[in-house]
Amino acid sequence: MDPTIAAILTLDGVGNGAIYALLALATVLLFAVTRVIFIPQGEFVAFGALTFAMLQQGNPVGSLWQRYGDLPGTLWLLALIALIAAAIDATRTWRLGQPRRAWREALTTLALPTALVVLCVLSHPRSWPMLAQLLLTLAIVTPLGPLVYRLAYQRLADASVLVLLIVSVGVHFALTGLGLLFFGAEAFRNPPFWDARFSLGPLTLTGQSIIIFGSSAALIVLLWLFFERTLRGKALRATAVNRTGARLMGISPATAGRLSFTMAAFMGALSGLLIGPSTSVYYDSGFLIGLKGFVAAVFAGLASYPLAAVGALGVGIIESFASFSASAFKEVIVFTTILPVLLWRSLRDPHREEE
Amino acid sequence: MKLAPRRLLTIAIALLVLVLPLLPVPEFWITQLNLIGLYSIVALGLVLLTGVGGLTSFGQAAFVGVGAYSTAVLTTQFALSPWLGLLAGVVITVAIALVLAALTLRMSGHYLPLATIAWGLSLSYTMANVEGLGRYDGLLGIPALHLFGISLHDGRRMYLLIWAVALLAALATQRLLDSRPGRAIRALKGGAAMAEAMGISTYRYKVVIFVCAAVLAAISGWLFAHYQRAVNPTPFGLNRGIEYLFMAVLGGVGQVGGAFVGAGAVKLIEDKLQEWLPLLTGTNGNYEVIVFGVLIVLVLKYAPDGLWPAVSRLLERWLPLARRVIDWAHAARLPERGRPQAGDVLLQVQSVRKEFGGLVAVNDVSFELRAGEIVGLIGPNGAGKSTTFNLLTGTLALTRGSATFAGHTIAGLPARAIARLGVSRTFQHVKLLPEMTVLENVALGAHQRGRRGVLSAMLRTDRDEERRFFAEAQRQLERIGMGAQLHELAGNLPLGPQRLLEIARALCTDPVLLLLDEPAAGLRLQEKQALAAVLRQLKGEGISILLVEHDMDFVMGLTDRIVVMEFGTKLLEGTPAEVQASPAVRAAYLGTEH
Repeated sequence: MDPTIAAILTLDGVGNGAIYALLALATVLLFAVTRVIFIPQGEFVAFGALTFAMLQQGNPVGSLWQRYGDLPGTLWLLALIALIAAAIDATRTWRLGQPRRAWREALTTLALPTALVVLCVLSHPRSWPMLAQLLLTLAIVTPLGPLVYRLAYQRLADASVLVLLIVSVGVHFALTGLGLLFFGAEAFRNPPFWDARFSLGPLTLTGQSIIIFGSSAALIVLLWLFFERTLRGKALRATAVNRTGARLMGISPATAGRLSFTMAAFMGALSGLLIGPSTSVYYDSGFLIGLKGFVAAVFAGLASYPLAAVGALGVGIIESFASFSASAFKEVIVFTTILPVLLWRSLRDPHREEE
Repeated sequence: MKLAPRRLLTIAIALLVLVLPLLPVPEFWITQLNLIGLYSIVALGLVLLTGVGGLTSFGQAAFVGVGAYSTAVLTTQFALSPWLGLLAGVVITVAIALVLAALTLRMSGHYLPLATIAWGLSLSYTMANVEGLGRYDGLLGIPALHLFGISLHDGRRMYLLIWAVALLAALATQRLLDSRPGRAIRALKGGAAMAEAMGISTYRYKVVIFVCAAVLAAISGWLFAHYQRAVNPTPFGLNRGIEYLFMAVLGGVGQVGGAFVGAGAVKLIEDKLQEWLPLLTGTNGNYEVIVFGVLIVLVLKYAPDGLWPAVSRLLERWLPLARRVIDWAHAARLPERGRPQAGDVLLQVQSVRKEFGGLVAVNDVSFELRAGEIVGLIGPNGAGKSTTFNLLTGTLALTRGSATFAGHTIAGLPARAIARLGVSRTFQHVKLLPEMTVLENVALGAHQRGRRGVLSAMLRTDRDEERRFFAEAQRQLERIGMGAQLHELAGNLPLGPQRLLEIARALCTDPVLLLLDEPAAGLRLQEKQALAAVLRQLKGEGISILLVEHDMDFVMGLTDRIVVMEFGTKLLEGTPAEVQASPAVRAAYLGTEH
């Protein structure tokens, strides 16, 4: 392998690694705050990429949704689960004898989904400019995060990590199946946001990869600012360190959970938008992409943000070299790296059993 | 021998299941039942791993794949016997399981499932890309099995073998759970600290159950390959691995019967969904995963014990569970270790120190305990008494200092090694297994005095040792006045008797030194007096006792010497009379006058 190829592969790997880094950070964040090992993180990636694809290209011919117009299925999913969540919450509050609060809660839950549905039905989002479609995609996918938390995890907040993990697998099943229902079995590739090319000696830097590096770096800086400089960020950190202690300080675990799931869904959807132009995305592609973020998160012991980012770049580079030298075994190689990672971790901190 | 009604029912069901193919059952149902049988074998492994042991794996389908592909390759490409295929599948499976276990099981419980996801994915991509494994097309032309000269080439004949294996696996699992290794496995879920304090290597038993579950999966794969006579990567993917886990969860993790209920329910639901969902959505596709996903979440939220409790309640109404028959009246005593000479130094604690970050919880504390003594460790709340206990029993690692027990250095040893030397303890917050009977809980203490393993348990060659365990457990329970509650579930006892149970369990380890953490808390006056009498009697038998206690009457009347701690430091050491007279102790408890 000559140095030029190595350089190209490295650049390629760092590009993918930057996306895995976002997913790894989201995974670490969710585990720290809620103890949920969120296997379906990748589903937000696919939802992001494919919702945007639907806005660009319309629903696939012959799919269930084509018969109901050309709005992406995720919009209806958002409306549906918001309705379910609102109904459950409102019933509970109503039974507590607080009908007024019940109405207010239901309206809060339903406000954003209803606004999005009305907006999309009245205007014609497929004819919107690309930037508006990107924002609409984020606006549809991001609220799915807290709603998933509300429906699947909130009432199980005190369950063991093991039970939460099995719930995650259930959520993964459900979201993947829904993905098939909304987007069909075909792959989609989105148009590039910026098709400029820059030559750096033998290397070519595409506008798309500049956008990827830029957005990942910006998001990481924003996250850092959020955790260091804002009260909400500090509240999340407090919850991560000590749930009971944070609760005694007036930080509700449910609020912390919803907030961290919102952030995770946003990071997932953004990753989906970023990879959409460089990879063909199927309804179930998100799972593998998310798991690569997971390998990096395991490298970080599900605890350290900087290590997760470093691990993600490592995974990206290994993957790009593996796809060059043994493309059929790319996934095998990437997922087998978890073994030496686990060995290293178990030698580093042989964890005592949590009580 | 008179059989309990519940056992008769089980045998009747097993016989009915086995004669089914002789009846005019439609071929469709034979096929369904064959698949349910194959799934049940895998789900049984998950019952052991997830339900009982509190670990989990999403990679069971991959182990099924190893079993299936091993025999497929050996029989089609090398024309070897299917039995060699079985052997190869099991050997490879055990090797892989051992590697995954060694890498993950020393860390927190969630690393194993994450590793099994990666392993399951790697295996399915390998199967799909290796030329010799037939890539996506798989391998065809796997020969039928021959058993006693009969060719098992159709579903009806294969049915017998599949269900014989499934029922034998269930029997073996049931037997395993009611045995020495079984009690250790059931202790895994309740937190490792108690099991380790009983001398049990929790790591070892985690490895054992993971390997057992993997082997069951591999056997199911071997049967599957010779039943379908062809293999391809699809049924061994990660999704199927998740479905296996769902079978165990839905059926009722922790119960052998749950594996069969779960496998049956999932298979039938899946068939119906594949029939109905295309009508509903108008397209074909793997939509049943949506329903399964939502079901998993709902089951864990509203019925975390699965379907089995409903079945079990029905059974309970008609056929109450038989009590364990006492057949150990004449069992030989378990061997006992020698007791040290009274008055020899038994425990020597020198400047032990424990820091939690900047907080010094135990500050260079030293004391001695001689054989045959009862020493009390007292002090106000937060004085560091329980921490000292945890340092001496290996539950916490000490920061500095040394401790020796009967000439062995115990500082830095793991809890189970200290327990094996003859130091046994109870816990301030009672740690017992609520689902097991009082007798079984106490028998857990005798773990380190036996050596029968998993195979003995499955073959029931361990009954002699089991009788000795239960005889010992009963003896210790009668000694502390709980002889009438042998068969009650430990979780149903009030707090006082639970504390006594912990003492009986500690006595079952044949200890030289007993460490009792607040043994009298929650006891009524009469129970306290009875407990004090038992402790004096133990002292008379040469057992030494170190106890932490807040009840001053209890401590003063019982102990030979008392060590007083305050703010992590040793304040004073002396006889009860000296301690009672000390103004420093009074100040520590009540404050000083100004």
